Amino acid sequence: MASAMSPKTSGSGDAAALGDVVIGINQVTKRFDDFVAVEHANFGIRRGEFFSMLGPSGCGKTTTLRMIAGFEQPTTGQITLEGKDVSKTPPYKRNVNTVFQHYALFPHMSVFDNVAFGPRSKRTPKKEITRRVNELLEIVRLGDYADRKPGQLSGGQQQRVALARALVNYPSALLLDEPLGALDLKLRQAMQIELKRIQREVGITFVYVTHDQEEALTMSDRIAVMYEGHVEQIGSPQEIYHSPASVFVAGFIGVANLLPVNIDSISGANALIQLPGGNKVSLPIGSLAPVVGGAATIMVRPERIFVATAEPEGDLPHLKVSVTDLTFQGPIVRAAVRCADGTELVTHIGDGDDLPMLRPNDHLWLTWEIEAAKLLPGVDERHTESTESNTALIEV
Amino acid sequence: MAGTARQGTKRGRFAPYGLLSPGVIWLILFFMVPVMVLFRTSLSDRPNRFVPNALNFSWNFSNYTDALSQYGEQFQRSFVYAAAATIACFAIGYPLAYVIAFRGGRYRNLLLGLVVIPFFTTFLIRTLAWKTILADEGFVVQTLRDLGILAANGRLLATPLAVIGGLTYNFLPFMILPIYVSLEKIDRNLVDAAKDLYATPARAFWRVVFPLSLPGVFAGTLLTFIPACGDFINAAFLGSPQTTMIGNVVQNQFLVQLDYPTAAALSFTLMIIITVAVLIYAKVLGTEDIA
Repeated sequence: MASAMSPKTSGSGDAAALGDVVIGINQVTKRFDDFVAVEHANFGIRRGEFFSMLGPSGCGKTTTLRMIAGFEQPTTGQITLEGKDVSKTPPYKRNVNTVFQHYALFPHMSVFDNVAFGPRSKRTPKKEITRRVNELLEIVRLGDYADRKPGQLSGGQQQRVALARALVNYPSALLLDEPLGALDLKLRQAMQIELKRIQREVGITFVYVTHDQEEALTMSDRIAVMYEGHVEQIGSPQEIYHSPASVFVAGFIGVANLLPVNIDSISGANALIQLPGGNKVSLPIGSLAPVVGGAATIMVRPERIFVATAEPEGDLPHLKVSVTDLTFQGPIVRAAVRCADGTELVTHIGDGDDLPMLRPNDHLWLTWEIEAAKLLPGVDERHTESTESNTALIEV
Repeated sequence: MAGTARQGTKRGRFAPYGLLSPGVIWLILFFMVPVMVLFRTSLSDRPNRFVPNALNFSWNFSNYTDALSQYGEQFQRSFVYAAAATIACFAIGYPLAYVIAFRGGRYRNLLLGLVVIPFFTTFLIRTLAWKTILADEGFVVQTLRDLGILAANGRLLATPLAVIGGLTYNFLPFMILPIYVSLEKIDRNLVDAAKDLYATPARAFWRVVFPLSLPGVFAGTLLTFIPACGDFINAAFLGSPQTTMIGNVVQNQFLVQLDYPTAAALSFTLMIIITVAVLIYAKVLGTEDIA
């Protein structure tokens, strides 16, 4: 997979190519017995950035975070912190702090004592501790709660104590392990904004682990999308959304239409592809090394597709589909359609689209700008089965 | 809370009392009544050779002063032995409970089973077994003599060490089990969090794990100390007349001397001292504070 990625994305993930790297993950592999949790992870995290590791459960994101924190050690490869190899350093000697998934606040200590725990471990002078703890409690807006016990606080307040407890140490990086997972939706959205505000205010590098793509897109400067122990792509939220490097990334971030196709021929830097039930299009192949006759996937976001009742004129990509389902969603109508080869696609129909009343089984033409579509290597394995059964139905 | 919702129905209103009544009746019949009888006895005239069995209630407070002045030494010894056994149980039991809870892995239940299994045998038999083990001609004494740890005529049986050892052995599970339960409940992430906040393993233990295990330590020390104070089996089998505890005196007064008022006064005194000691202990440890 990595070899098929464009040079641009692998370049921005390479630790050596970055200026001010706080955390370096250099060719790190982690095995638990026979299970490979992380394989050949290789990237750097810049100073002061909000960096997210995003992926479904079991993708290796939490293991990577635990290796940065020092709770796990890499099987091979090394982890550097401020340029120094810390792969074998125990957690209490690393200048990084963690906000745990369920906060892990000390229940027998007051809020003040919880926050003061780190500085006291480091034998910071008492006056300095009081000053810093109060400062951090102000930043997380819990100044009046210093004497409370964690059990007397709400989930969101406990979350902020956990943040203050970690940030009071002025760490090189703050590691957050799905910190908003236990909160309800409304509080989660409020905390996302709050987290971003605090990160800007203190200017500390945040390394954030989440399986929630919306959360990652909202807060991050850069995102590493992980899948089955591999880093699939590293880039800004815009890059990841608009130029996914793989079928997995395209499908995991937002809603993506993934159209499995075969490459008919190659002319220069473009591949010629016959759309099912449509015209022949020419797409830039980028850094891919496509094989004529090989399988590939065309990715188009629903909001980039235009809908017409008649076949469009000109060279723009277009294909004929039939409507399977229409869902009113307020500003738009979400239309599920089926291509000639059975692939299910989704498109948005807005007020601007001048269309007659649609019903299921009506025929439509889809079209999009050349640059709205991305050619991706391979096909989505998760959809292969259903595609095959659809093909079989059409043959009957 | 559920009760308030159903307050209207007759059955609902009386259900809590109905559920409580077996326990309350039991306590009244087998605890409150005997305690009252005991209290009455403790203030009755002591028997003499002319009226051996008459228990005339007479507000005879001298039973208490006589008992304390006569058996003060045994009282003191009981508390010293019980405290020593409790400390020994804690010193042995805490590390054991810690290892089972934190490092036991899938062998946890097996290890806990091994702690409890010896106690399927009765208290008396186990203590008698210790008598054999510690006997002068037994292998333990012989080995210690050969190694020069014990003098050539030194012995273990009939020494305070044997009594304290016996108490320690017999009450060890009552220390281990509550400590294990409280350690087992501790969220492992808290230990990770402490280490993440620059605490050395020692600091993580003393600041996080140990304070959170205090409810177990509290329960364990009470379950060891209280019965050890009143125990007479260990002193009777493993000790000598020089190691007599208050339990032996009470047993002797009740069953051999048939001096019920003195025995009752001694029992009452023991009960009051233990109650006061436990209240002070609870206050010092501040168990209500520990979540």
